[in-house]
Amino acid sequence: MAKSLKSALTAASEILPPKIYEELVEKLESSDLNVKQKRAVVEEAVREYLSSQVHPGEAVGIVGAQSIGEPGTQMTLRTFHYAGMLEFDVTLGLPRLIEIVDARKKPSTPTMKIYLVDKIGKDLEKAREIARRIEYTTIEKVISEIQKDIVNYTITIVFDKEMMDDKGVTLDDVIPLLKKLKIGDIEITDDNPPTLTIYLNEDVDIRTLSRVEDKIKQTKIKGIKGITKVAIEAEKDRDGNLIEYIIVTEGSNLAEILDVKGVDYTRTHTNDITETAEVLGIEAARNLIIREMQDVLEKQGLDVDIRHLMLVADLMTWSGRVKAIGRTGIVGEKSSPLARAAFEETQKHLYKAAAMGEIEDFKGITESIVAGKVIKVGTGMIILTQEVR
Amino acid sequence: MLRFEDYVIDGIKFGIISPDEARKLSRVALVTDKLYDEELPVRGGPRDPHMGAIEPGERCPVCGNPPSTCPGHFGHIELAAPVIHVGFVSIINDLLKSTCRSCGRILLPQDEIKRDLELYRKLRVKWPRLAKDLVKNVIQKAAKTPKCPHCGEQQYKIILDKPYKFYEERPEGRIFLTPHEVRQRLEMIPDEHAELLGLDPEHARPEWMVLTVLLVPPLPVRTPISLETGIRSEDDLTHILVTIIRANNDLKNIIMSGAPQSIVEERWNVLQYNVSILFDNELPGVPVARHRNLRPLKGIVQRLKGKEGRFRGNLSGKRVNYSARTVISPDPLISINEVGVPEEIAKTLTIAENVTPFNIEKLRKRILNGPNKWPGANYVIRDDGRKIDLRFFKDRKALAESLRPGYIVERHLEDGDIVLFNRQPSLHRMSMMAHIVRVFPGKTFRLNLLVCPPYNADFDGDEMNLHALRLPEAIAEAYELMLVEKHILSPRYGGPIIGGGQDYVSGAYLLTSKTTLLTRDDVEFILSVTGYHGELPEPAIIKPNEYWTGKQIISLFLPKEFNFQGKAKINSGKLECADPDCFYDSYIVIKNGELLEGVFDKKAVGAQQSENIIHHMIKEYGESFAREFFDNVFKMFIRMLELKGFTMTLSDVEIPPEARERVEQVIKETYERVDKLIQQYQEGVLEPIPGRTIEETLELKIIQVLNEGRERAGKEAIEYLDPFNNVFIMARTGARGSDVNITNMAVMLGQQVVRGKRITRGYRGRTLAHFKKGDLSPESRGFVKNNFRTGLDPLETFFHAAAGREGLVDTAVKTSQSGYMQRRLINALMDLRVTYDGTVRDSEGNIVQFSYGEDLVDPMKSMHGKSVDIDRIIEKYREV
Repeated sequence: MAKSLKSALTAASEILPPKIYEELVEKLESSDLNVKQKRAVVEEAVREYLSSQVHPGEAVGIVGAQSIGEPGTQMTLRTFHYAGMLEFDVTLGLPRLIEIVDARKKPSTPTMKIYLVDKIGKDLEKAREIARRIEYTTIEKVISEIQKDIVNYTITIVFDKEMMDDKGVTLDDVIPLLKKLKIGDIEITDDNPPTLTIYLNEDVDIRTLSRVEDKIKQTKIKGIKGITKVAIEAEKDRDGNLIEYIIVTEGSNLAEILDVKGVDYTRTHTNDITETAEVLGIEAARNLIIREMQDVLEKQGLDVDIRHLMLVADLMTWSGRVKAIGRTGIVGEKSSPLARAAFEETQKHLYKAAAMGEIEDFKGITESIVAGKVIKVGTGMIILTQEVR
Repeated sequence: MLRFEDYVIDGIKFGIISPDEARKLSRVALVTDKLYDEELPVRGGPRDPHMGAIEPGERCPVCGNPPSTCPGHFGHIELAAPVIHVGFVSIINDLLKSTCRSCGRILLPQDEIKRDLELYRKLRVKWPRLAKDLVKNVIQKAAKTPKCPHCGEQQYKIILDKPYKFYEERPEGRIFLTPHEVRQRLEMIPDEHAELLGLDPEHARPEWMVLTVLLVPPLPVRTPISLETGIRSEDDLTHILVTIIRANNDLKNIIMSGAPQSIVEERWNVLQYNVSILFDNELPGVPVARHRNLRPLKGIVQRLKGKEGRFRGNLSGKRVNYSARTVISPDPLISINEVGVPEEIAKTLTIAENVTPFNIEKLRKRILNGPNKWPGANYVIRDDGRKIDLRFFKDRKALAESLRPGYIVERHLEDGDIVLFNRQPSLHRMSMMAHIVRVFPGKTFRLNLLVCPPYNADFDGDEMNLHALRLPEAIAEAYELMLVEKHILSPRYGGPIIGGGQDYVSGAYLLTSKTTLLTRDDVEFILSVTGYHGELPEPAIIKPNEYWTGKQIISLFLPKEFNFQGKAKINSGKLECADPDCFYDSYIVIKNGELLEGVFDKKAVGAQQSENIIHHMIKEYGESFAREFFDNVFKMFIRMLELKGFTMTLSDVEIPPEARERVEQVIKETYERVDKLIQQYQEGVLEPIPGRTIEETLELKIIQVLNEGRERAGKEAIEYLDPFNNVFIMARTGARGSDVNITNMAVMLGQQVVRGKRITRGYRGRTLAHFKKGDLSPESRGFVKNNFRTGLDPLETFFHAAAGREGLVDTAVKTSQSGYMQRRLINALMDLRVTYDGTVRDSEGNIVQFSYGEDLVDPMKSMHGKSVDIDRIIEKYREV
C-alpha cells in the first residue's frame, strides 16, 4: 500500500507544477488520512490538474488582451493618493497601465522602494541616515537667501537652519565644496542663521555674477543623481507590528542605489522598466512589468489572473528588448504588411511594402480576416481533414 | 472552367509598377480631360468605357461582362515629363543621399558593400529587424561620404523640400533637381546596390518611384453617383484625374512651344501637385485640393486610412446580413441560454434548411404558411439553383407538394434555433454569446437578468444585436463554444461572471434567512415556479402549524453529495464569524446537499464572485448543472420577494433626533479641529510633512480630518437605524448600495472633491463670491454637511454639482483612453495561441512562452487562479 502511494506521488511529481506538488506533499503529511485515502487524493489532484490545462489552439493572446483591457473602463483616471498622508504622488490607475504597455523610456513619476539589509532595516535612525545620504542635495536646497553685491563683488549666502538639520548638512560640509569652486575667499559672517560671504577673486559684470550664483546653487553636497526626495516608510504586518523600515524615493537611479552600503540589493526595486532592463537585464524587466501591472490592478480592486499579465510581459520582452504594445513596438514590427496597414499609419506601411517588395503570406489573424480566410487559431488551427467519399 | 470564387489567395507580393507594366495593364490611354459629349462618355477621357462597365445594361467593351461581373480595367496617362511619386519621397531621399551623383553606386568602398550585402541577405531571412538596422546603418554611413570611392566624384548635399522637391547644395548655390534628373540618378543605381539599400530591385527598381506613366484606376473604383435630380456627380478621383490630364496637356503644349525653362517648370510643378494629390490629399506644405463646395477631395490614401477607411472600415470589419437589432427587456422566466425574439424579426431572419426525408413534412408546412405567417418560410431554392420568392409565388400548395430532398428552404427563425447575441462595446468574449431562440410577440429582445453582467446590459433603453447562423460548422461551434452556459466562468479571473444582482440577492437573503418560516401555501407558491416534481421535505416545525425554512427549499436543488463551507457577504463588522459555529448565520455550511447554516447573499448568488457555491458546483457537476440551478433556484428568489414584498421607503433613511444631535456634535468637533489646524498654519507652528510644503500639509490634514468626521458621523448615525430596514438589508447583503450611500442619504455627503483636492477654484482667492478671499474653512471649500434626505443648501448644491461634473468628464475621457489601449493590446496579442506542444507562439512561430502561464493552466478552468484545490480534495476523501 505504502509503495503504491509512493509511486503515485512520483507520477504526480512529473505532471504537477512544482509548487502544487510541494503543497500536496506538505498537506498530505499533516493530514490524518490513511494511505488509501492519500493515494486517492494524489490521483484526484493529478486528474484535476490535467483537466484544467489549456487546450491547444486556445487564443490566449486575445483572451489576455481582453482580460486586461476590459477592466480598463472600470478604472479611475485620477492620480489619487492614499488618505492624504503619503509624501508624494505616484501615477496610478489607467494612466499608469497605459504607461507600462507603452514601454515609455521614463515613467511619469519614477520612484524606488529601497529595502535595507537586516541589521539596519529595523533601526529608524540608521535608515534615516542612509536616506539622507541618498537624497540628492544641492546648496540651493538648504539656503533661504542669496544676495549679490555688485559694488563690492561679494555673494552672501544665508542658510536655512531647519532645512540643514532635516537634510543633515552642516557648514563644514558646504565650505570645502565652495572652496573647490575657486571663486573667492569665504568668510562666516553670522551664526544664526548661518551666513557665508564670498569675496570674489576678480571684478566681474552682472551676468558673470549670476552665473556664479547658479553655479553655487547647483553645487552638489551629497546624494545620488536623480533621487529628488526621500521618505521613510514603516512596513507593518497585519497586527500593526513593525517589520522593517524602507526608503521610498521620488526619482530613480537603480545602478547607483544598489551600490550604496546598507541597501538590500536583492529586494530593492524601481518602477522604471527601461532602467531595470539596462541594469538588471531583460528577465528583471519582465518580472517588473508583471509586478507593476498587478500593483495597478490590485489597487483598483480589479481581479485579473496573473497569467494574462505574464503573457503581455513575455510578449513585450521575448526579443531581448522591451518593446511597446503599439505601432512603435510589437504591432509595428509584425511581418505582415496588411496587418500593419490595418492597425495604424496605413500608407506608410503600404509604401514601404511596395519599395521593399514585401510578401504577404496570410499567417496572422488580421491578414486572414482581410482576405476572408480561416484564421489559424482555435478550431481554425486544425489542418487535418477527413476525405469525403 | 474555374470561376473567380474558386481561387484562393495564397499570398500577395508587393512592388512598384514599372512604366512598361503600366502600359501593359492599361486598356486605354487617356488624352483628354473631357468626360462626356452629349451624355456619352468620351473616348480617351477619364470616363472612357474601356475602363470597365458601370451603368446598368452596359457591357464592357474589353471583357464583355455586365457591371456585376466586370472587374474593371486600368487606363494610363503618358506624362509629358516625369513626376515624383509622393509616397516614395523619403526613400528617394535616402537613395540620392547614399549613392553617387555620377555613377549611381553606394558611397562605400566596394569590399564593404560586398560584405554588407552578404550579411544583409543572410539576415533578411532570419532577422528582418536586424536587416533593417543594417540598411539604416549603410545609408547613414554612405550619406556622410564626401567623395565617391568608385569614381572619385565630389558629392553634394541633397536637400528635400517637403513634400516632393529635391535640391542639391552645390558650390554655385542651391540647385533644383528636376524629377527628370532625379530619375536619371536612380536609374544608375545597380540592382545589387539597390538591394543593400533595402529595396527589391526586381519588383521595385528605384527609378520607378519617379512616374513617367500614370496608371489610372478602373471605373468601378470611382463610380459616379447619379442623384434623384438626374444630375451626375463624379467621384473625387475622377475630378483629380481631370485636373491631371489638363495639367499634363498644358505641360506638353508648353514644352512643344519651346517656352522658357521657368514657365515649363511652373507647369511641371502643377502636374506634380495634381498627381501627388491623387495619391494623398493631406500632404503637409501644399494646399488641400477642394471640391466646388469646399469639401476636401479624397485621395487614394484618404480612402484607405483611418477608422472608416478601407482597411478598418471594410476589410477588418464588415457589414453583415441575417442580423437584427432592437431594444432589450428583461424576462426572468426564460433560461439563461435563451433569448426572446420578436415574431416580426423571426419572420425576417431565415435559416437555410436542406430538405431531407426527415424534415420534408415540417418544411412543407412552413412553405404552406408562407412569408407572412410564423412559422413559415421566405424562399425555396430548387435543386437547379432557382430561387423562388414566396412573397410573389401564388400556388404555395403545389410548391409544397413538389418539395423534394435536394431543395433548400429558407425558413423563419424558430424556437430552438441557435443565434449569436451581442451588446456593444464588445470588450470581452462574453460580449457575444450564443442563445437559443424563443419567439415571442412584442417588439423587444428578451433576456434573462442573470446574463446582464457579462453583457454589462441594463434595460434603460439598451439595444442589442442578433445574428442568425447559416452554416452547419458555425451552428456546431456556437453550441459547443459560444453557448451562454459555456461562459459562466470568466477567463479573466477564474470564477463565475454570471449571477444575480439587486433583487436576486435581496430575495435569496430573505428566503434563506433564519427568521423565514414558510407555510405549505408559501412553499407551493415558491416552488411552483421551478417545475419541481419531488416530495416536500419534513417541515421544520410541525406544531402548531407546519412550517418550512427557506434553507430546506434551497436544499431541494443541491446535489446530494455537495459540500461547501464559506463566509457570506454579511460576515463582517458586527456579524463577523470566523468558523461555522456562527450565531449571526453568516457562515454558510452545506453538508451532503443540505444547507445547514448561513444565508445566501451576494457572495453566494451574486455575479463576479469567485470561489463561491456556484463556482464549486460548476467544477463538480458541470456547466449544464449550474445552468439549471440558475434557471430554477434563482426564480425562487424573485418569487420570495413577490411573496413578502420588498421596497425602500423614505423612513429607511430617516435618523432619529438624538442621532441628528450626535451628528451635529461630530460636525462641530470636526470644524473645531479644522479651525485649529488653520490657526496653527496662520501662526506658522504647523509641522510640515517631510517633502511637502506647509500649504500642502495643511490641505492634506484638513481633508483627513473632514473625512474622519464624515466617517465617524456616518458610523454613529447608522447605529440608530433599524437593522432590518430595507436599505440596510440591501447594503449589507450586497444587493445594492453601500454604507457610504446610506451615509449620503441619511447623514451627510461630506467633502466634495475635484481633481483629488478640496474645491479651490472659481473666483480669485475663493470658490464663490459669498466667501472671503483666502477662506480655508470647510464650508467654503466644498464640505457638504447635509444629506440627500434633508436636501442640500444652494452652495452645497453647487459644490456637489462640480464634483459630479468631474465624474462625468472623467468617464468620457477614460472610455476613449482605455478603448485605445485595448485596441493596441488586441492587435499586439491576437496572433498568440497555444500550440500542441504547450508553447505560446505568434503567427510566425516565434515562441513567446515555453509553457502558457508557466503551468499550462487555463485561467477559466482554474479556481481563481489555482489549478488544484488540495484542501477540498483532502476534505472530500476524508469522508470516504
